[in-house]
Amino acid sequence: MGKMSPVPDEVSKPFWDACNEGKLIVQNCAGCKGNDGKDWLQHPPQAACYKCGTTENLTWKEMNGRGKIHGYSTMYDSRIRSLQEDQPFIIAVIELEDAPEIKMFSHLPGTPVDDDVPVGGTVQVEFQDTLGTEQKVAEWRVVS
Amino acid sequence: MASTEMFPESRYRKTEGLGVWEHRGKVAIVGLGNSPTSRRWDGTLETSLGAWTMLAAQKALDEAGITVDDVDGVIACDKGMGDDWGGDASQGRGYFEAPYDSEDGLSGVSAHWLVKNMGLKNVKMTYHAPGCLSTALVAAAQAVGDGEAHTVLVVRGTGNMPGRYHQTPGNTTGGNGQWTNPWGWQLIPQIAFGFDQYCRTYGKNHDMMAPFILNQRRNGSMFPEGFYYQNRPDDLQITAEDYLASRWICKPMNMNDCDLPIQTAGAFLFTTAERAKDMKKKPVYVLNHVTQRGVVRSSLETMAETEEFSAHIARKCYEGSGLTASEVDVFNPYDGFTLFTQWFLEGFGWHGVGKGEALDFYAGDIRVEGPHPFSSSGGNNGNGRTRWWGHYDTVQQLRGEAGDRQVQIKHETGISGAFTPGHSDWLVLGTSPD
Ligand SMILES: [Zn+2]
Repeated sequence: MGKMSPVPDEVSKPFWDACNEGKLIVQNCAGCKGNDGKDWLQHPPQAACYKCGTTENLTWKEMNGRGKIHGYSTMYDSRIRSLQEDQPFIIAVIELEDAPEIKMFSHLPGTPVDDDVPVGGTVQVEFQDTLGTEQKVAEWRVVS
Repeated sequence: MASTEMFPESRYRKTEGLGVWEHRGKVAIVGLGNSPTSRRWDGTLETSLGAWTMLAAQKALDEAGITVDDVDGVIACDKGMGDDWGGDASQGRGYFEAPYDSEDGLSGVSAHWLVKNMGLKNVKMTYHAPGCLSTALVAAAQAVGDGEAHTVLVVRGTGNMPGRYHQTPGNTTGGNGQWTNPWGWQLIPQIAFGFDQYCRTYGKNHDMMAPFILNQRRNGSMFPEGFYYQNRPDDLQITAEDYLASRWICKPMNMNDCDLPIQTAGAFLFTTAERAKDMKKKPVYVLNHVTQRGVVRSSLETMAETEEFSAHIARKCYEGSGLTASEVDVFNPYDGFTLFTQWFLEGFGWHGVGKGEALDFYAGDIRVEGPHPFSSSGGNNGNGRTRWWGHYDTVQQLRGEAGDRQVQIKHETGISGAFTPGHSDWLVLGTSPD
């Protein structure tokens, strides 16, 4: 897939650098807990914690790299020029095993475009090259 | 060069717990106007958004029986919905003579442009509202209620230049796009994903949308201001087979689930309930206005968030107007993508429709002459994309002037709004100020 390369900014750079090192990290506010009493995680990363609004406790947590297909749609007519030659393609929503409230996108490499995309199936992260720069992005492959 | 401020964020009614709107029944809509429609701008000044916005505004004034000198406020949604004149399709083409020597008046119309070119010499208040005419309409309700102006024109030109717009070229992407563009995520896959989740959760399927789309087209065939009525009446006669055979845009969304971008301009005239008494049209009173700006937890809007946003909009509409779901007669939520309209229908509980029941409701009698005349406007699917047909129809229905579309049930209250469950603005209207 002809993915555009994300251009990191001050807030997102640690996330994208981690992708280049083969690690999946998510922003964490050490001062906050989620409703379930677990770590407060947020993605996409923000300049401040969006629960407490402060910046001083923001840090990063590495995720285990597993997730689940939450849902998807299949794109036939994208606005993104670099993706148009690969149409139709799946755009899946992945929820992280470590933090189901965190969602990421995937083209589900290896999964054919048909009506049998395994919603609820387990996926494993991998890191894929992009078109414009050396930047890698997180992608997800069905493992069961 | 003249300029116009944005209407202040703090004046939109965004939260629950605000109680009944302080100006309930004290503001009225007394004029409507719409220009002709076309699929795309033909490049002539006579059909530019500036010219057409002036035409629409004049019609709204004529309806009320007042003149340009009576207007003391203008609120514009000043940008169109497509690319501008300098965009992809018009590379190398220059502007025209003044007042068409910039984008203003061509791909959008600002409040100050309208003031200047219509000679609105008594205007003391101008504002802009971003994104949707609905936003400008709720701003006008609040501004008139607050006494900042007494007679306010609210305008927008939608605009559709030749060519495909919002195409995203290039191999790199920054800002918010860094999280979405590598995968091609944007509004369309969001809506398609949401509808797929809906079908998965409630055991429904895309074929079940057909009765709604066909009814929207049928209502469009009775809306003389609409694009299809004026330009493509044959497209209003589609069958369920035609609907389902149209090409996928983002499965499960097909071409006929999308509203067609068009070139047109619309105007709504607001005034105080007091002044409305002396104007030509029967006033339609504003009972409440509501703004929705949902914040999502992660990279996209989940179905749980969409359902909560929709219910939240409804609770705010009901709270500020004092109405309950069973007291809403006319209901025109946005349909431009048809695949999100069920969220509004269920969130508001109109005619008792609960979660997961909308598609079955569509299979019943939703014709305007029937007991459940849902989306009596025909919406943007039946009239082309403006995002204001729902408001326009609601006013006409409450006046009893919707012609062949006139609903046969009681038509004393109505709710209309656009755009999505996460981001939209709503009017609650009534034939009585009380
Ligand atoms: Zn925090």
